Amino acid sequence: MFDNILIYFVLIPLIMLAGVALSQNIKQIRAVAVTGSLALTALSVYLLVDYLALRAAGETAPMLYTGSWQWFAPLNINLAVGVDGISIAMLILSSIILLTGSFASWTIAQPKAFFLWLILLSTGVFGFFITIDLFAMFMFYEVALIPMYLLIGVWGSGKKNYSAMKLTLMLMGGSAFLMLSLIGIYYNSGLFSWNIVEIAQDGNISHSWQMFLFPMAFVGFGVLGAMFPFHTWSPDGHASAPTAVSMLHAGVLMKLGGYGCFRVAIYLMPQAANELAWIFLILTGISVVYGAFSACVQTDLKYINAYSSVSHCGLVLFAILMLNTTAMTGAIMQMLSHGLMTALFFALIGMIYGRTHTRDVREMGGLMKIMPYLAVCYVIAGMASLGLPGLSGFVAEMTIFIGSFEQGMIDFLHGHGSLRLVFTIIACCSIVITAVYILRVVGKLLLGPVQDDHHRQLTDATWWERTATATLIICVAAIGCFPNFFESLIKFTFSPDIFKVLGMIQ
Amino acid sequence: MNLNILCYLIPALIMFCCGVYGFITRKNMIAILISLELMLNAVDINFVVFNRFLFPGSMEGMFFTLFAIAIAAAETALAIAIIVNIFRVAKNIDVREITKMKF
Amino acid sequence: MDATIQILILAIPLFMFLLLGLLGKYLSPKIAGILGTTAMGVVTALAYYTAFNYFFSGDPNFQREIIGEHGETVVEHLQYIVFNPVWLEFYGNLHINIGFMLDSISAMMLVVITTISFMVNLYSNAYMRDHDGVYEKGFQRYYAFLALFSFSMLGLVVATNIFQMYIFWELVGASSYLLIGFYYTSPAAVSASKKAFIVTRFADLGFLIGILVLSYYTGVFSFMDFTSAPVEGLADTYHISLDTASTVLATKFAGSAAPMFMGCSVLTWALVLIFMGGMGKSAMLPLHIWLPDAMEGPTPVSALIHAATMVVAGVYLVARLFPLYLQETTALEIVTVVGAITAFYAAMVACAQVDIKRVLAFSTISQIAFMMVSLGVCRPEYHHGVGYMASMFHLFTHAMFKALLFLGAGALIHAVHSNNYTAMHGLRKYMPVTHWTFLIGCLAIAGIIPFSGFFSKDEILTACGEYSIFVYIWMSAVAALTAFYMFRLYFLIFWWKEHKVHDPHHAPHDQPWPMTVPLIFLALVSCVAGFINFGDFVTYNGEQHTFDLDWTVAGISLTVAVVSIAVAAKMYMKENPLPDKMAAALPRLWDWCYHRFYWDELYMFITHRIIFGLICKPIAWFDRHIIDGTMDAFATVTNKASWSIKGLQSGNVQTYVWIYLIGALLLGTITYICLI
Repeated sequence: MFDNILIYFVLIPLIMLAGVALSQNIKQIRAVAVTGSLALTALSVYLLVDYLALRAAGETAPMLYTGSWQWFAPLNINLAVGVDGISIAMLILSSIILLTGSFASWTIAQPKAFFLWLILLSTGVFGFFITIDLFAMFMFYEVALIPMYLLIGVWGSGKKNYSAMKLTLMLMGGSAFLMLSLIGIYYNSGLFSWNIVEIAQDGNISHSWQMFLFPMAFVGFGVLGAMFPFHTWSPDGHASAPTAVSMLHAGVLMKLGGYGCFRVAIYLMPQAANELAWIFLILTGISVVYGAFSACVQTDLKYINAYSSVSHCGLVLFAILMLNTTAMTGAIMQMLSHGLMTALFFALIGMIYGRTHTRDVREMGGLMKIMPYLAVCYVIAGMASLGLPGLSGFVAEMTIFIGSFEQGMIDFLHGHGSLRLVFTIIACCSIVITAVYILRVVGKLLLGPVQDDHHRQLTDATWWERTATATLIICVAAIGCFPNFFESLIKFTFSPDIFKVLGMIQ
Repeated sequence: MNLNILCYLIPALIMFCCGVYGFITRKNMIAILISLELMLNAVDINFVVFNRFLFPGSMEGMFFTLFAIAIAAAETALAIAIIVNIFRVAKNIDVREITKMKF
Repeated sequence: MDATIQILILAIPLFMFLLLGLLGKYLSPKIAGILGTTAMGVVTALAYYTAFNYFFSGDPNFQREIIGEHGETVVEHLQYIVFNPVWLEFYGNLHINIGFMLDSISAMMLVVITTISFMVNLYSNAYMRDHDGVYEKGFQRYYAFLALFSFSMLGLVVATNIFQMYIFWELVGASSYLLIGFYYTSPAAVSASKKAFIVTRFADLGFLIGILVLSYYTGVFSFMDFTSAPVEGLADTYHISLDTASTVLATKFAGSAAPMFMGCSVLTWALVLIFMGGMGKSAMLPLHIWLPDAMEGPTPVSALIHAATMVVAGVYLVARLFPLYLQETTALEIVTVVGAITAFYAAMVACAQVDIKRVLAFSTISQIAFMMVSLGVCRPEYHHGVGYMASMFHLFTHAMFKALLFLGAGALIHAVHSNNYTAMHGLRKYMPVTHWTFLIGCLAIAGIIPFSGFFSKDEILTACGEYSIFVYIWMSAVAALTAFYMFRLYFLIFWWKEHKVHDPHHAPHDQPWPMTVPLIFLALVSCVAGFINFGDFVTYNGEQHTFDLDWTVAGISLTVAVVSIAVAAKMYMKENPLPDKMAAALPRLWDWCYHRFYWDELYMFITHRIIFGLICKPIAWFDRHIIDGTMDAFATVTNKASWSIKGLQSGNVQTYVWIYLIGALLLGTITYICLI
């Protein structure tokens, strides 16, 4: 069991949990958190390199590093692990955000309990991304979900009890659908197996069952991916959550939604995905512009960013539903890009809030003069968000637009309706609206005259804050400058061969 | 002397009904506990009697009775401990006054 | 061929951006300024070397000799791909490259951009200080942004594919945003920068969709696949070929399932959408509103970005795709119409502005519109496609004299601390160098022989005349207005009445050498650039051609310009009530021109009232009250239901037992009855 590298993604967080539990003071806790997340980052980078080497050597299995350990034989539940390029991208994302999140919660109150829950949450996240067993996946999903309630409820701000309850209940509602769908898949694939790869290759879920189970799985994960109209937990939840939790939630947990939609809903039920895509295309297409328009008039920084996340994550699901290789690659790039970018945003908002004690843009102004480092980082994050070339957002959005437009034109020219085309063009409009709300915030918050004279005494970033933001900026710029490396990581999964195996209509 | 099965069951029934009556009407927790014991013992008698008259060959009923007696002893100890604790907090063991437990 | 020089042309500005951006605060402003200027000087030298090599070395990669129509030998300039690595690969054959293409227009643009950029870098060393020599706050940042802009603009002009162009197109937009908003504490600058970015972003949306359409149909991004054909025997060399463009049209578009869309061919749609991007960057009506406001930035920035280089990107884009545009003349007609209307509109407005930078901004819009019209009226059959050459020629000369005018305006503003000519008047004695160079700039833009503007404008008017007499008359009228408003400006600044000196020790005076040297250099260029035989360098198909001056057109335009200048002199040379009388005689017209025909108010209405008020706010309300309200309603209903049945749980154990007992008895009875 311990010869499989993937198991360490769960073991290290468990060791970190023990380490934090045994720590005597905040220094030890920080040391444990930073060391552990550095180890996880190193591990995921190693995995990336090794994976690319294996692929270069001609490895063609859909999942590598597979392993399976029996858990509950009567129901055929195993702890089955395996990763492909997408999972590795997500693992890197999660570990980097855990690392920067640890830096961002350097001075949190009650550090021991906070880090315990935070690390438990990330255990769930890492477990989710490495496993290919539906049951284990669901279990890790729940593990990631529950600590969120306490983290927001205890360490949050504002209407924290309401938000925590709302977030947890809505996501639990989603996971009820999901559970139903997973059990449905188990009983109807003809294999009585929870293993995704087995079901995808040998399973045979009948058409009518697919039509029943696909929407439930998609909605179940879509709630987490902030799909309209199930997104309302996101603004409240993010606004109340403490910095590191916002980062982890928007940066990683929302990606669980997109990842699950692809890995479970579409991967296992391609026929239904093809036939029912239009419903969800409309919903996600609405998400994209709706989130952006809503963000234009918000005054709370976190609300702006939460609505922006609704818009960007909507684009992820939108692109996945294109069922087009380019668009799906773009979707994964967007998950990666949005994860880093939004984590950066939430980190910066947390740092600004920690100084000014307000998140209302109307009460702040001219922060560029007072805290230039944080302000410059905010501008960079904004530029990444509105898709400036050289930063990650551009690459992801362009890949999505090119792929979606291609699929839209194919549909249109072959008489399958112009829905995809129309919604692609609508989604393209979001680049303008994004520019509007980003520049509005930058203009009001950072530029212009200093609004509040009390703010003049505030200080710029401390070293741990600089570390957190600089790490994220470097990652954002790396993806933006060398996109081909990251896309090649994802590409193999979406190579046409795989789609043929799955019987997906291309 | 040939004793009918009813000779055992009717006293047990009376005992049980007394237990129920006591359980519902008494205010004192100790009295309620005693009533509870009455009911338990009535049931124990039933077990033994049915075992003896219906399945004379087997011993399950007897064992079960012993088991129930053991559990009842443990339960009584626990209940008294709880009652003592409640008394410490509330200075009262009137069951009608103690309704906070619903929360 | 060794690509080191070309790599350096792009790499040095990028490196300077990173260096000054990251480490700028550890450098003294002086060092930062010298570093930035020197780096730009090196880039300028490298660019000159590259362009010189391209045009004159006779390298087979750069030019070849072909047999012309009449059997004569003609030199043809080729397109050479210096390097072109893949940046991002999609499925199929679609990939984005970041490369360096050397051809006649990109070589010309390299010269223009580096020259102006170097001049501006030099000039800013003195401009961005106050009179006591104290550097402005953020001086290093300013140089970092200038370097970023130079990098992006150079990357844009050497693009090998349309997507690379789009990438750098966005980057110049961002650097323009940063530079306009350089004085970030001033709310006007902040809103101007925001406006510039958003308006051009909106235009870029069209550009993006145009690219998507084009790339879907053709399956490629590369310009070489749209407009050029490979030269035999050379791997990286292409020549401009109208045949390729018509093949693209015939095989990819006309042959597809839906060649028409809403009455126009898909190619026309794509080209018009791409042109929309150009309209945004080049400030064509109705997307021009950002450019006048962009004057909030430092004046050298206006000279570099908003007069000479970035704003002509739209013209460059159309020129780059010109063989494709030639396939769809509908698109070219749209270009012509938009250009013509914009040229006239901007010239009208420029006549009524008070802020000298605004006058120059509207003049820029008008002159760029000239270039657009010139491209729009260009057809190969008209005099060997004179319009294309004229457009590029005007781009070149305009860049020089408009940068000169802006830098001159900068010197004036620096001297009197105001943007309005009302604070200037009669400065000719105090600032002789500025005065003479500004005059040369005005003469050049007005089209007086022998200054450069005369020659290029004359070629444009010739092209218009070949296309349609109506366009010719229209554009001549604009040229007359141009001469008028430029000399109105000139006389109001330097003549009108004696300058009132408030403090004899701080009388306006000429600026230190870093500011005067660029003025003199650009003035010299404006004097001689007209004599370049531009047809030797740039033509629509790359073949050298000598264009002769059409003396009829030249004579007419010269007369028109002289008359306009005379009118301006009559009205503005000496203080007199004539201008006020004119304004009073045409109050409506004056008012509309002064308020720029209320475009800004219209946009304010659309963005604030309609987009914010009728879309954003209702959506936000809908989200909070309807969507979220529904979610909350689920919770409320559950909650209420729980409260209403909660009384059953009284906490009284004996009640529970009663209920239990009754229930048990009832169940027993029912069971008993059922069994019997």
